[in-house]
Amino acid sequence: MSVLRLSALSGNARRDLAFAALTLALFLGVTIAFPGFAAPRNLAGLLDDTAILIMLALGQMLVILVRGIDLSIAANLALCGMLAAVFDRVWPGMGIGPVLVLTLVSGGLLGAFNGLLVWKLRLPPIVVTLGTMSIYRGAIYLLSKGAWVNENEMSRGFLAFPRIEFLGLTLLSWLAIVVAAVFVVVLRRARVARDLYAAGGNPEAANYSGIDAGRMQFIAYTICGALAGVCGYLWVARFAVAYTDIALGFELSVIAACLIGGVAIAGGVGSAVGVVLGCLFIGIIRSSLPLVGISAFWQMFINGVVILLAVLLSARQREFKRTILEVRA
Amino acid sequence: MKPASLLRWESMLALVLVLEFILFSAISPYFLSVDTLSDATFNFTERAIVALPLALLIIAGEIDISVAAIIALASVAMGLASAEGMGTGGIAAVGLGTGLLAGCINGALVTIGRVPSIVATIGTMTLFRGAAYAVLGDRVLKNYPESFATFGQGYLVGPVSIELALFALFAISFGVFLHRTRWGRAIFAIGANPVASRFAGVPVNQYRFALFALTGLFSGFAAVLLTSRLGSTRPSIAQGWELEIISMVILGGVSVWGGKGSILGVVLAALVFGLVTFGLGLMNIPGIVMSIFTGTLLILVVAVPALVNRPLGNQR
Repeated sequence: MSVLRLSALSGNARRDLAFAALTLALFLGVTIAFPGFAAPRNLAGLLDDTAILIMLALGQMLVILVRGIDLSIAANLALCGMLAAVFDRVWPGMGIGPVLVLTLVSGGLLGAFNGLLVWKLRLPPIVVTLGTMSIYRGAIYLLSKGAWVNENEMSRGFLAFPRIEFLGLTLLSWLAIVVAAVFVVVLRRARVARDLYAAGGNPEAANYSGIDAGRMQFIAYTICGALAGVCGYLWVARFAVAYTDIALGFELSVIAACLIGGVAIAGGVGSAVGVVLGCLFIGIIRSSLPLVGISAFWQMFINGVVILLAVLLSARQREFKRTILEVRA
Repeated sequence: MKPASLLRWESMLALVLVLEFILFSAISPYFLSVDTLSDATFNFTERAIVALPLALLIIAGEIDISVAAIIALASVAMGLASAEGMGTGGIAAVGLGTGLLAGCINGALVTIGRVPSIVATIGTMTLFRGAAYAVLGDRVLKNYPESFATFGQGYLVGPVSIELALFALFAISFGVFLHRTRWGRAIFAIGANPVASRFAGVPVNQYRFALFALTGLFSGFAAVLLTSRLGSTRPSIAQGWELEIISMVILGGVSVWGGKGSILGVVLAALVFGLVTFGLGLMNIPGIVMSIFTGTLLILVVAVPALVNRPLGNQR
């Protein structure tokens, strides 16, 4: 068991290292062509642009690790963002604490709802989250009655929070760094993380060793939802507007970041470092497109190409592993 | 046991359909007129035409989330062909060809690339929709020849639109194909147990590839009809349709785990779906609220059998 675990970890580490080299090469390539790209201010901007993606992708990774998928993540974000905006409009003087708690809890509940359906009723994750995706979107309309919440209706503290600068980085960037650091440490050290990997890698075996795979899925969906909820507030505050269609289709970018970062859709394989690198990879491409003179409309297409390359490569790897296992058995 | 329970599901759908009729004709005096009902069919025909091959694909244990993106890509291709001065037949051929090609890409990824169909089609969905945006940006293509409008706006006889007639034709063909031929049996077998099917001599991967190609082709077909009906192409065309099309198939009693389903169920589900959309429209309920209904329905349809089956013993 310990040998298996070690080899799996080293496989993860090897892939992360290779992908880090690739991301660095991309970064250096862009920098050589456009020296201004590596300016500290530009890099801080890049991190700020990628921060929300990083937090969402880490949440999504947990769900994919336990053989799920959360297509409702962007709708959850949009609903909690609207909730935060409406809350701030009604009680503008409450400060940022209640808004954060509100979005964390409501996002967590929305995620837990997905998790309950997947855990207790054993419904297919893709159908459940496809369904909740449109339910949550529709709920935004009911909550806002189709109206926008604009910048002038938001309190100053509400808008300023993610923009506060500390050591040259925005608070939004720092939040992403803290979340990423917590994920890296917890996924390596905590028992619940080991259970999560075990439940995703082989649910049957996990059940026999006393891990409730369904409960692990529930936990993953809840954490993912809570992160999406807080990101909802951050998104609305950063872009200073809330309406029904914010972050429409963003779930695809989030899933793309996970797949690019080496998370296997079959479950059980993936690392926080890889996912953060995947996000940075997307971020670098996105911010270099205007420099190269390619329209921003190409972003989605490039994401598609990169996702397909990533999944084709990982499908090949998995097959290689399986043949080895079969030969040994 | 199996045919009986299937029959029950379909008679339930038929009952829902009747209830809808009674409800909507009670709500609106205009509902029960031939013209109104003829208009109502446009709410589902294009989607239902994609739901037919998708039902086969889901019965075979696969899924295609990229159908709406294929529609967008095919529509953009047709818009460009039209801008190049192609005639109506040529434009339609370009739409069908683009759909078929996109379906073949999906099929190749799943069979040759051995990528699970969910991931493969999430990838191609991003790719195809991305290509539509990359080519068009924020432009709109609407220079279609006048005769091109026939497909989506024309009528065959009286109130029967060309779209409706095509859907009926396809529905019967698919029904016969799935339930009356050897190939249909093979599709059920693949969905129930792909490994056993392979040992029984069914060329599983060839079937999978063909089904993806077929779904692509019919998405292209839907693109021709939709583009012809709207008379314009935006990259956001058919946005979110994958949800509605998949909902139709699952509402029709096709098992998400593969191996079970019927074309009759899908057709009834399409009618139920189209009538609900139309009825809510009659009551002035906006489309986004409709999506709450769609989503709830989708979850309920998979949740109810799970709840009912539970006391009978664990499925695993």
